Amino acid sequence: MTSIHIIVFLPLLAALVAGLGQRFIGAVASKTITTAGLFTASLLSWPIFIGFLNGSETAYVAPVMNWVQSGDLSFDWELRVDALTAVMLVVITTVSALVHLYSWGYMEEDPDQPRFFAYLSLFTFAMLMLVTANNLVQMFFGWEGVGLASYLLIGFWYKKPSANAAAIKAFVVNRVGDLGFMLGIFGVFWLFGTVSIPDILAAAPDKVGSSIGFLGFRVDTMSLLCILLFIGAMGKSAQLGLHTWLPDAMEGPTPVSALIHAATMVTAGVFMVCRLSPLFETSQFALDVVTIVGATTAIFAATVGLVQTDIKRVIAYSTCSQLGYMFFAAGTGAYGAAMFHLFTHAFFKALLFLGAGSVIHAMHHEQDMRYYGGLRKHIPLTFWAMMAGTLAITGVGIVGVGGFAGFYSKDAIIEAAFASHSTFHMYAFGIGVLAALLTSFYSWRLMFLTFFGTPRWAQSEHIQHAMHDHGDHDEHTHDHVHDAHIDGTAGYHPHESPLPMLIPLGVLTLGAIFAGFVFHGGFIEAETGKAFWANSTLFFNEHLMHAMHEVPMWVKLSSTVAMLTGLLVAYVMYQQSKDAPKRLATAFAPLYRFFLNKWYFDELYNAVFVRPAFWFGRLFWKQGDIGIIDRFGPNGSAAVVSFGSKLAVKMQSGYLYTYALVMLLGLVTAVSWMMVRT
Amino acid sequence: MIGIEHYLVVSSILFVMGVLGIFLNRKNVIIILMAIELILLAVNINLVAFSVFLGDLTGQIFAMFVLTVAAGEAAIGLAILVIYFRGRGTIAVDDVNRMKG
Repeated sequence: MTSIHIIVFLPLLAALVAGLGQRFIGAVASKTITTAGLFTASLLSWPIFIGFLNGSETAYVAPVMNWVQSGDLSFDWELRVDALTAVMLVVITTVSALVHLYSWGYMEEDPDQPRFFAYLSLFTFAMLMLVTANNLVQMFFGWEGVGLASYLLIGFWYKKPSANAAAIKAFVVNRVGDLGFMLGIFGVFWLFGTVSIPDILAAAPDKVGSSIGFLGFRVDTMSLLCILLFIGAMGKSAQLGLHTWLPDAMEGPTPVSALIHAATMVTAGVFMVCRLSPLFETSQFALDVVTIVGATTAIFAATVGLVQTDIKRVIAYSTCSQLGYMFFAAGTGAYGAAMFHLFTHAFFKALLFLGAGSVIHAMHHEQDMRYYGGLRKHIPLTFWAMMAGTLAITGVGIVGVGGFAGFYSKDAIIEAAFASHSTFHMYAFGIGVLAALLTSFYSWRLMFLTFFGTPRWAQSEHIQHAMHDHGDHDEHTHDHVHDAHIDGTAGYHPHESPLPMLIPLGVLTLGAIFAGFVFHGGFIEAETGKAFWANSTLFFNEHLMHAMHEVPMWVKLSSTVAMLTGLLVAYVMYQQSKDAPKRLATAFAPLYRFFLNKWYFDELYNAVFVRPAFWFGRLFWKQGDIGIIDRFGPNGSAAVVSFGSKLAVKMQSGYLYTYALVMLLGLVTAVSWMMVRT
Repeated sequence: MIGIEHYLVVSSILFVMGVLGIFLNRKNVIIILMAIELILLAVNINLVAFSVFLGDLTGQIFAMFVLTVAAGEAAIGLAILVIYFRGRGTIAVDDVNRMKG
């Protein structure tokens, strides 16, 4: 029993106790147990991470139990602890613990809190299972576990039809990716005869150049396997094509969005690519695919984020875009930079989501930014936390001096893309800079719309509801509301969130400010990074990390310039001239609609997959099931019996002479037959 | 000369009358009882006729048995009818259909 066992299984234990025993121990006890469990796990995780950072820990595998022993297939249930795991451990347990604490405040009025906390802890367990996996099957177990927890939590408010639809969508879209992942695992086992990750990575270089028959084509084995595995990563990490579930997943409670759909689960795909990076290194083609998909996602999600009005959706598309950054970093060979961005992104994106939750909480569940405005003075602590998050995500910093978390990680990715020698590195570099500009624009747009300007709350239905409910008790409200209409507040006074919500915001603010500055050495510097990642399966491209620092000055400055441009444009559009957004939207109406409708992906999928699926379903239902199986099966035989019995009933006249006649006829027939026969 | 054929013809006529009496009569259950008697008598005539024709007494003895049974059967049938009439107030054949399915 080592600390890693406690870290992994404490959340499971807490989830079981809170989930199954909520009737006996009550809501407060359930919440306390899960939260305390996660804080314990978090406190145990940091020493492991720091141990790897300063070199006092080395990678090891902690056995749990024998799992499968079947013919050639044999693997154990083990917890692999290396530098890569340690990074994920601190991210998962820290964010999860803070989200648990935050939920005390955010979910305060919800009647189902024990269930919520149990799901959160269950999710954490599954995620820890995923990152500690030493074989692909265990990783797949965690992979599906987080998918399940995500489904349960998106649909947590199960009385909302939209939440149920979003939960099902998330599950189904992820299933598409999972099919790729499963085929990848099968292929790996077929090729290597093992599912153990270290064995696979050791054997991979020998198989370079082999080919395999797939769907009637002869393809390069390693490329095929890597792309299949990457399809799984695309589903989980919401990359272009399989991203449609992530924005809809915002139907879930905001703490869930922060934990699952920003900080941890959606980064599982990036983690998997990094974990298997030596495998991906064997196929340049697969890496090119990763680069192109990642870069395209980064730009796609950023453009859509420009025009969204729902505060959570803006951040959701931002997440999607940042995941694209991580993927193209991995695709260009900068796995360390990808993991670094994952690490810093977890802090500032969780911070942004929790901050958004705090705003939503203050604004009586209004999520539309068009009805915000001027909140800076009313909820100052949330404002400063969001400000730190925005500064971090836009990558504010001075080259050569220092900056916020995103400054280190994002710039590292962009510089690595420039310095890399992979086929599409310039495409990734260009997209990276452009997406940095868009990131800066939509992040500042969010800030300006929410916290600056004058209040526009009066048009919000949620606020009107809130005021109406209060108005019944307060006879002065009428005059009050009348005055208030002029300043747009509708007489509503937003309140700062309670302490359980502010503490996580404060801790994450520290992370958003310092995570990059403190840890960039260990993750991306050539020498220290090499020492750190040597204790893991991550392929650390030392040469690229050197080259990254040798890029021309204009490359280093490009992302800062992009950031400033985005800030300036957002300031001019949303602070200086109020009607600029509207004029721009009408001037570029087709483009605006294209972005607003998310590049018509949902419509496309609806037409290509959903409708035909419905049509097929209806065909099989009406024609196949009802028309053939029911008609000739159960219904048919029942009809025959019923018809026969109706005939038989007609013979039962009840008159004695009828029966006698039948008997006589029978007798005559029998006798005649006997006579004819002889 | 009256031969066996004549007896058989008579008994056949009686039998058919009995059968038709059962099937065609819609009025009275007593008529059914009487028709059954006719059928039994037709059988008796056959038994006695064959007995004489073959010179074997068994047939005639058997006819005596049939008469006895017929008498008993008539008595029981009439008794049932009386009870039935008390219960239903009618013995019309068309009303006796409680076995209808």
